Amino acid sequence: MTDYIDLSLVDWSRAQFALTAIYHWLFVPLTLGLSFIVAMMESIYVRTGSGEWKKITRFWMTLFGINFAIGVATGIILEFEFGTNWSAYSWFVGDIFGAPLAVEGILAFFLESTFIAVMFFGWNKVSKKFHLVSTWLVAIGANLSALWILVANSWMENPVGMIFNPETARNEMQNFWAVLFNPVAVDKFLHTLSSGFVLASMFVAGISAWFLIRRREEMFARKSLLIAGIFGLLSSFLLAFTGDSSARTIARVQPVKFAAFEALFEGKSNAPLTAIGILKPSGEKIGKKDALDFVFRIELPDLLSLMTTGDADGYVPGIFDLINGNPEKGIMSVSEKIERGKVARQTLIDYKQAKERGDKQMVAELSSKFGDKDFRDNYFRYFGYAYITSPEKAIPDVYGAFYSFHLMVILGFLFILLFALSVFYLYTDRLLKNRWFLWVLLFSIPLPYLASELGWIVTEMGRQPWIIQDLMPVTIGVSKISAGSVMTTFWIFAFLFTALLIAEISIMVKQVKIGPKH
Amino acid sequence: MTTMITHIFLQNYWWIIVSLLGSLLVFLMFVQGGQSFIYTLPQTYMQSRMIINALGRKWEFTFTTLVTFGGAFFASFPLFYATSFGGAYWVWMAILFSFIIQAIAYEYRSKPSNIYGKETFDMFLFINGVLGPFLIGAAVSTFFTGSGFSLNQMNQVKWETSWNGLEALLNPVNLALGFTVLFLARVNGLLFIINTVDDGHVYMNSARKLIMNSLYFLVFFLYFLTSIILAGGYAVDPSTGEVFIEKFKYLHNLLEMPLALVFFLGGVLSVLWGIGIALFGKSRKGIWFTGAGTVAVVFSLFMIAGFNGTSFYPSSFNLQDSLTIRNASSSLFTLKTMMYVSFIIPGVLVYIWFAWRSISDSPITSDEMQSEEHIY
Repeated sequence: MTDYIDLSLVDWSRAQFALTAIYHWLFVPLTLGLSFIVAMMESIYVRTGSGEWKKITRFWMTLFGINFAIGVATGIILEFEFGTNWSAYSWFVGDIFGAPLAVEGILAFFLESTFIAVMFFGWNKVSKKFHLVSTWLVAIGANLSALWILVANSWMENPVGMIFNPETARNEMQNFWAVLFNPVAVDKFLHTLSSGFVLASMFVAGISAWFLIRRREEMFARKSLLIAGIFGLLSSFLLAFTGDSSARTIARVQPVKFAAFEALFEGKSNAPLTAIGILKPSGEKIGKKDALDFVFRIELPDLLSLMTTGDADGYVPGIFDLINGNPEKGIMSVSEKIERGKVARQTLIDYKQAKERGDKQMVAELSSKFGDKDFRDNYFRYFGYAYITSPEKAIPDVYGAFYSFHLMVILGFLFILLFALSVFYLYTDRLLKNRWFLWVLLFSIPLPYLASELGWIVTEMGRQPWIIQDLMPVTIGVSKISAGSVMTTFWIFAFLFTALLIAEISIMVKQVKIGPKH
Repeated sequence: MTTMITHIFLQNYWWIIVSLLGSLLVFLMFVQGGQSFIYTLPQTYMQSRMIINALGRKWEFTFTTLVTFGGAFFASFPLFYATSFGGAYWVWMAILFSFIIQAIAYEYRSKPSNIYGKETFDMFLFINGVLGPFLIGAAVSTFFTGSGFSLNQMNQVKWETSWNGLEALLNPVNLALGFTVLFLARVNGLLFIINTVDDGHVYMNSARKLIMNSLYFLVFFLYFLTSIILAGGYAVDPSTGEVFIEKFKYLHNLLEMPLALVFFLGGVLSVLWGIGIALFGKSRKGIWFTGAGTVAVVFSLFMIAGFNGTSFYPSSFNLQDSLTIRNASSSLFTLKTMMYVSFIIPGVLVYIWFAWRSISDSPITSDEMQSEEHIY
C-alpha cells in the first residue's frame, strides 16, 4: 500500500499535529464554556435591566474575544493539516471524515462568525433582545462546531457506518446516523463540552477570586463567582458522569487502550480499580516491551469489573490477553489479527492487479469478496494489522496513558470539591473570611487546562499505533513529503504559537487588571 | 426525484457549490485587499483606525469562507484535498501562515499590554493582505496549468519535484493569476473602504489609488486569460476517462457552455462598471458591482476548469493521474447526504445578510471610533 515508511517523517508529522492540537486546545475549551457563561450573564442583564450585570457581561465578553481569535487561528491549521501531513489518511477516510467537517463549516462556523460581529459591535446598534439572541447563537455555534469535529475524531476511534470500496481504495459512508450517533461520539461530545464548561467556570471563579483578594469590584466578583460556581458544579458532575460512560465505551471498543490507561496487564475477574499508583517494569516481557507492575497503589476492590461489565465478578481483559490472545475468553491474538490483515491486504492487491491486466472475472470475484459479510467481519476489520510488524507494537505507551488518565480523573474530582466549596461559602457568606480558599481558586485556573490536555493525550496516545483503530496505522497515513520540510514547519509553528500565547496571556492579564468598565 | 439524483448529478452539484464558495472567497478577500493599503492609504491616526475597523468587522466572514471552502473540498472531492494539500505542501503552508497571523492581529493590535506593539500586528495584516490573495490565486491557477504529481494504485500522492508546490511560482501564468487576484482584492478593498468609511480624505485617496490598481488588475487578468485560452487544456475522454491535451480547450469550454460565457462576460462588465462608477460617477456603490462581477467571473472560471470533460486538477507529470470531478469525488451516499445539508445554505446567507446589515447600516465615522468600546 505504501512504497516506503520514513519513521522520522512519521514522528515529525505526529509532533506537528500534536503541537497544533495542544495549542488549539489551550483556547477552545474556554471559548466553549465562556460563551455560555457570558450568554447566561447577559440573559440576567436583559431580564433585570441591571447595569451591574451589563458591566459583568461586557468584561467577560472582552476576555472571550481575546481568547476566541487565537482559537480560530490554530483551528484552521488543524483542518488543513489533515491534508498537508496526512494525505494518505485523508483519502482513506475522506468520504466519511470530510462530511462532518463540511457540515461544521456550513452549520456552525457561519453561525458563530456572523453573530460574533453582532455580539461585539451591536451593543448600541441592535435591540437588547436581538443582541442577547446573537450571544446565545455564538455559544450554540461554538459548541456545535465542536460536535462535528468530535464526530470525525470518534470515527477514528470506532469506525462505523461505512464499507470499504476496493475500486477507490477507501472507506465510504453507508449510514450517516451511525457515524453521528457513534457511541464514542456521543460520550466524547458530552465529555468534551462539560470539560470546557468546567474550565471556563474555573477561569471565571479564579479571576473573580483575585478581585476579592484585592478587595476590588466586590459586587462584580461575587456575582461572577456565583454563576461560575453553580455552572461549574453542575458541569463537573456532568463531566464525571460522561467520563465514566466514556471509559465504559472505550473498554468495549478499544480494550487495549482501556487496559493501557488502567495499566492492567493480567486480565482478571473481580478486577480492582486503581485510584493512584506508581508503575515499574515487572520483569516480564511482551516481545521486546516490558510488562509493568505497581511499586505501590491504592485500589478499590472489584470496582473495575463492576464499572466495566456491570458485574463485580466480570472479567476485564488485560494487555497479555489482548496481545497474546485468550481463547477461553474468546479473545483473538494480535498474531492472528496480523495474519488476517495480510489476507485482506493481499486481496486488495490482487484486485488492483486483476484490474490492471483487465481480468474482469477476477475483478468481479474479488470485488464481491469485499461486500461479503464474513470477509468484512473476519478479515477486512483487521486490515491495518497487516502493517504491524510484531504483536507488541499494538500496545500503546502504558506509562503515558496510565499517568495521564489517573491525573485527569483526580483533577476531575478536585473540581467538584472546589465548585461545591465556592457555592457553599457564597451561600453562607463566608467567602471573604476564607481568603486561603480564594487563593486556591486563583491558583487552580491552570488545572482544568492540564486536565483537558491530559484527556486528549489519553485519547490520542492511547489509540496508538492506529490513526484509525484497527484499519490504518499512523505510519501508513502520512503524506510523502520530506521529513525536513515537516521539521521546518514544526519549528515555525512552535515559535509562532508560543509567541502568540505569550501575547494572549499578556493582553488577558492586563485586561483583568484594568477590570470592568463603569 | 431520487432517481434523478445520480452520482454524476451530485458530482456536478458539489462542483457548483465548491465553485460558489471559491467565488465568494475571492470576493470576500476585499478584506485582504484593504489590509494591503494600511501603510499607504490613511494619512492620519484616525483614518487608519476607521479603515482597520471597517475591515476588521468583516475578517471573520472571509476566514470562515476559507475554512468552509477547504471543508467542502475535503468532503466532496477528497482526492483533490489529499493530492494537492499533501503534495503542494509549501504553498498551502504559506497560505495557512498568512491567515494565522491575520486571525489574531485585529483583536490584539490595539489592546493594552500588547507586547509586540501595534506595528507588529499591522505588519501581520499587511503580509496577509498581500500574500493571502496572491498565493491563493497562484494555487488556483494550477487548475489550468497543471502540477507535477503522480498517484499510485491506492490513490496515494507523490509530488515529483522536491519544491512541493513552490515550483508553481516559476510559471508566469500562475504568477499572473496570483497578481490578478491580489489586484482584484485591492480594487474591491478600495471600493469597500469608499463605501464604508465616511471620510472625505479617505475617499479621495482611495479613488486615486483605484486607477492604478484597476489598471494592474486588467493587465494581469488579460495576460492570464489570453494564456489559458490560447494554450492547450486538459481534456477528458468521457467514454474511456483518458486525459489528453486539447488545443484551445478552455476557449471551447466557454463557447460550449453558454451559461459560463454569460457569467464570464456579465461578470467582467459588472467589475468594469463598478470601477467606472466609482471613478467617473463618484459613486460609493461600486463594491456591489465589482463584488457581484467577481463572484460571476470566478464562478465561470471554476466551471471551465471542471465541467465539459475537463480535468480540474491536471497532472503535468502523468496526464492519466489527473483529477476530474468524476474520479476525485466522494461516494454517491456522502454527496447525497451533504446535499441535504447544503439546502440550508440559502438560510445561512439570509441570516448573514440580516446580521451584516444590522451592524453596518451606516458608514463608519470618526465620532463612532471615539464612542465605540470594542475598537480594533
